[in-house]
Amino acid sequence: MKDLLCLGIESTAHTFGAGIVSEDGKIYSDSRDVYIPVIGRGIHPTEAAQHHNIVAPRVILDAFRKADLKPGMIDIIAYSCGPGLGPCLRVGATIARALSTYLCKPLVPVNHAIAHIEIASLNTGAKDPLTVLVSGGHTAIVAYAAGRWRIYGETEDITLGNLLDMFAREVGLPLPGGPEVERLAEMGKIFIDLPYTVKGNDVAYSGLLSAALRKYRDGVDLTDLCFSLQEVAFAMIAEATERSLAHTEKKELLLSGGVAANKRLQGMLESIAREHNVKFYCVDKSLSGDSGVQIAWNGILAYRCGLRIDVEKSLVKSRWRLDQVDIPWRS
Amino acid sequence: MKLLSKGAEADLYIAEWYGRKVVIKRRISKVYRNPCLDLRLRASRTVREAENMHEAKKASVPTPIIYLVDKESTTLIMEYIDGLRVKEALGMLDNSQKEKLCEQIGMKVGMLHSTSLIHGDLTTSNMIVCGDKVFFIDFGLSFHSHSDEDKGVDLHLLKRALDSTHYKESRDCLKYILQGYREVSGESYTSKILKKMKEIEYRGRYFSGRT
Ligand SMILES: Nc1ncnc2c1ncn2[C@@H]1O[C@H](COP(=O)(O)OP(=O)(O)O)[C@@H](O)[C@H]1O
Ligand SMILES: [Mg+2]
Repeated sequence: MKDLLCLGIESTAHTFGAGIVSEDGKIYSDSRDVYIPVIGRGIHPTEAAQHHNIVAPRVILDAFRKADLKPGMIDIIAYSCGPGLGPCLRVGATIARALSTYLCKPLVPVNHAIAHIEIASLNTGAKDPLTVLVSGGHTAIVAYAAGRWRIYGETEDITLGNLLDMFAREVGLPLPGGPEVERLAEMGKIFIDLPYTVKGNDVAYSGLLSAALRKYRDGVDLTDLCFSLQEVAFAMIAEATERSLAHTEKKELLLSGGVAANKRLQGMLESIAREHNVKFYCVDKSLSGDSGVQIAWNGILAYRCGLRIDVEKSLVKSRWRLDQVDIPWRS
Repeated sequence: MKLLSKGAEADLYIAEWYGRKVVIKRRISKVYRNPCLDLRLRASRTVREAENMHEAKKASVPTPIIYLVDKESTTLIMEYIDGLRVKEALGMLDNSQKEKLCEQIGMKVGMLHSTSLIHGDLTTSNMIVCGDKVFFIDFGLSFHSHSDEDKGVDLHLLKRALDSTHYKESRDCLKYILQGYREVSGESYTSKILKKMKEIEYRGRYFSGRT
């Protein structure tokens, strides 16, 4: 019997992506187009959605072309159902519905956050990890237990990705902010005291953001500031991770999501893993950001457990908590 | 000296100290952390833990007696509490005992809050049942605040600790805890804090989209 093939469509925020993955985890193609707001401005949901609408046909065709497959050869259509920005999610969902109806293929809704974790697991080979998911949309420390991914720690205000992006935007650096801040941080030398907020296993970043911006306006050197911002922000999530690790006693630690690409953050978590005798995994840069591939892979996992949705019922859920999703493929 | 626990933040030992059975809690340096930040955190938490453990007693919340604070080596020496952590105790109780214990926990949290003390790390690992008392420990993240938000976060963390660790019984436990909290804090105040709690929960877990 031939392996199932799944087309995944991603459109939660900046990225419109289409990816094709087979049942055995082989990635056939990964096609994306990222909406980039002008410098100094944040993401505007309807503008992003407009961007997605424009690029969608090209991105999807590109995914088929790279995979050297015809649309009819696909077995499953998976789409990012949430959480995310409503207008953006609806673009992906509408296209997925149309494809599903036209091609007569089953439609599978996927939780974007869980898809990040599952693609990172596939990519690294982690089996039962404590997972740190850090991106523009998420900052959470989760582990699987009894049918669900459970949240052990998370941000109480903005995400780590938000923090870096908002800081970058305010000081005039191009978006996405993460790589820029990382580049400048490597040149920083002096550690500047900034507020450090850990509450149990939770973190809060908005106080850190405003304090860092205040320092910037006071004329503190930008490289020193980027350096200190990273040191404090990452130490916070690292501490929350270490607490969760001690608590859950998991034997693997997995770093996933867009901010996972940051070398300093990787170094901190790796150090913690070593200290606790735990195996450290980090998702490859090519799969850390939002992509259709993560949706496609999660689509396969879900479909194999019999999950699918009628086109008429395939609404988007912009506030779909990752700990509300049943995970039959892990039980 | 015997190792009691190697936590995320500190190494804890049981020892004899001038004829007393004590716990030595030493906050250890983290290699991953910037050295300036590392020292700042360890020193301030050591002092804060000692101060607020003492402070809690004034709110009639049982805590270990602090015998010694050493800021240099970021070490505390405190009374050893001979009991079982709530984390383990919960599983050994029948329903009515569970209700009593949780209610008592809720009352004590309410008492802390009534003196504007926020624990900062309310989990079932940080409470020890000893006789008919529940001792609260691990005050390194505690602080003073009058704000509903901070009290809401405190309860939110406790709820999440229950949800993630005691998922089979978390609903009941929380119900009893809030029952106790309500007894101490009053109906209208408690519902105000509960509203905050919901708000906090909804804030974090969802996509914020604010970039
Ligand atoms: N005074 C004490 N008496 C008895 N046991 C204690 C005492 N203090 C701590 N412990 C034990 O050590 C564990 C860790 O201590 P804690 O102060 O919570 O540090 P950590 O920051 O590592 O969580 C507790 O969960 C408890 O089991
Ligand atoms: Mg503790």
